[in-house]
Amino acid sequence: MNLSLTLTINGEQREIVLDDPRVTLLDLLRERLHLTGAKKGCDRGQCGACTILVDGQRINSCLALAISYDGSAITTIEGLAENGALHPVQQAFIDHDGFQCGFCTPGQIMSAVGLIAEAQADGDAERIREAMSGNICRCGAYQGITEAVLDAQAKISTGKERDAA
Amino acid sequence: MNRFEYVRPTSIAEAVAAAGEPGSAYLGAGTNLLDLMKGGVTQPSRLVDLTHLPDLGQIEQLPDGSTRIGALVKNAALAHDPAFAEAFPAVAEALLSGASAQLRNAATVGGNLMQRTRCAYFTDPASACNKRAPGSGCDAIGGENRAHAVLGWSDHCIAVHPSDFCVALTALGAIVEIEGPAGRREVAMTDFYLLPGDTPEKETVLDAGEMIVAVRLPAEAAAFAGNQRYLKGRERTSYAFALASAAAALKIENGLIVEARLALGGVATKPWRVQAAEAVLAGAAPGKEAFEKAAEVAFAEAKPSGDNAYKIALGKRVLARALMMAAAGTPERMPALPASPFAPLPEGVVNV
Repeated sequence: MNLSLTLTINGEQREIVLDDPRVTLLDLLRERLHLTGAKKGCDRGQCGACTILVDGQRINSCLALAISYDGSAITTIEGLAENGALHPVQQAFIDHDGFQCGFCTPGQIMSAVGLIAEAQADGDAERIREAMSGNICRCGAYQGITEAVLDAQAKISTGKERDAA
Repeated sequence: MNRFEYVRPTSIAEAVAAAGEPGSAYLGAGTNLLDLMKGGVTQPSRLVDLTHLPDLGQIEQLPDGSTRIGALVKNAALAHDPAFAEAFPAVAEALLSGASAQLRNAATVGGNLMQRTRCAYFTDPASACNKRAPGSGCDAIGGENRAHAVLGWSDHCIAVHPSDFCVALTALGAIVEIEGPAGRREVAMTDFYLLPGDTPEKETVLDAGEMIVAVRLPAEAAAFAGNQRYLKGRERTSYAFALASAAAALKIENGLIVEARLALGGVATKPWRVQAAEAVLAGAAPGKEAFEKAAEVAFAEAKPSGDNAYKIALGKRVLARALMMAAAGTPERMPALPASPFAPLPEGVVNV
């Protein structure tokens, strides 16, 4: 059985043919398209290491059947930097030591990008922590992660105000 | 995960026809179904993908004043819809207290209603479970069962229903719209789920091929908007299932409760409306005395199914506190920690 789908991945339209409907978005990205930024931690929607954006919304790619997302636009960690310049969230994670081993970091960063777009957390650290609870960091870098998200959010909203002016 | 046939219908009629085949399952986002399939807990031979169907993704106000939520509306989209959250704040709070942001962005309204219990014996194919394998027994009885039910359980199954959303919907008298081979029908949330009895594998009134197309909140439910809360006791303050939760909605006029709507989560085998406790509150002055009395009535029939007697005491306190918080008024903005006992208490609410 061949199943075909169209996805826009990091801005590029891809025609994909699957030989098996069981392939998740995570396995499609990692094993077939060699975009290994999204990580397979638990593979059961509990750790958040596989977080990607689908049509701008953060989801767990391990619990998403690729075939079902036919027609979607996907952004992975590989698609964040523009012309070699880091995305403000990526830069903020470096500036605030938002990681140790780095395994959860692509998921943390994608989740933070989604969180900032959702615009529910304003500058409240408690709201940030609550909204990031789907991303586990076993090194325990949560303090740095929270600071990074707060900083990136402030910089992105300042940038937007400047653009609007 | 077993192999399966993937079917993508273009209409509800096509979906219903495709799902009539034995072994079929409907696919929403799959956040629960794929997890169960990966664990070998369920092994459907055909998945009927509903996510490309038109017209199931709207939140609409109907001419009779009721609110209709399409089955494919995402949990997060519903909770953050300003008009919906204003009319049904406890439903929004319940939604935001469940799962994680990533899961809420994917998970659908229909899928939330159809999610399965998180009983560890149900999700472990090596254990005996009457729900997963009818007649095999129940390893939760006599096992690790501190998270299990104190209401509605039977000698065949003691698993709790996991949803927060459904608890708030049940309190507010929601109605489930169903489409199936025999046409369209409607069932009240309070009748949608079945008690386990001696057939715990049969969880809802849905017949083969039937699907949820929408959930409706009646016009009169919006009259409780000013005084309603959801409160959820759990082992972590975020991203954990309820050990005991409660949705409380009050209509208060001239300092007295005119009507109350109450439902419990995390303590029962289905979302648990407590109308006897609602009746206790009608005409009462809001306060600790009335709320503790209502909580006693709500748990009058409760009994431990194992190592979980604490849930009766916890559940009463959660319900009484939810009532105190509801009486204090719906907060202007969603709290930073939705439904959390660790969120700052509104003024005038004492620990109960």
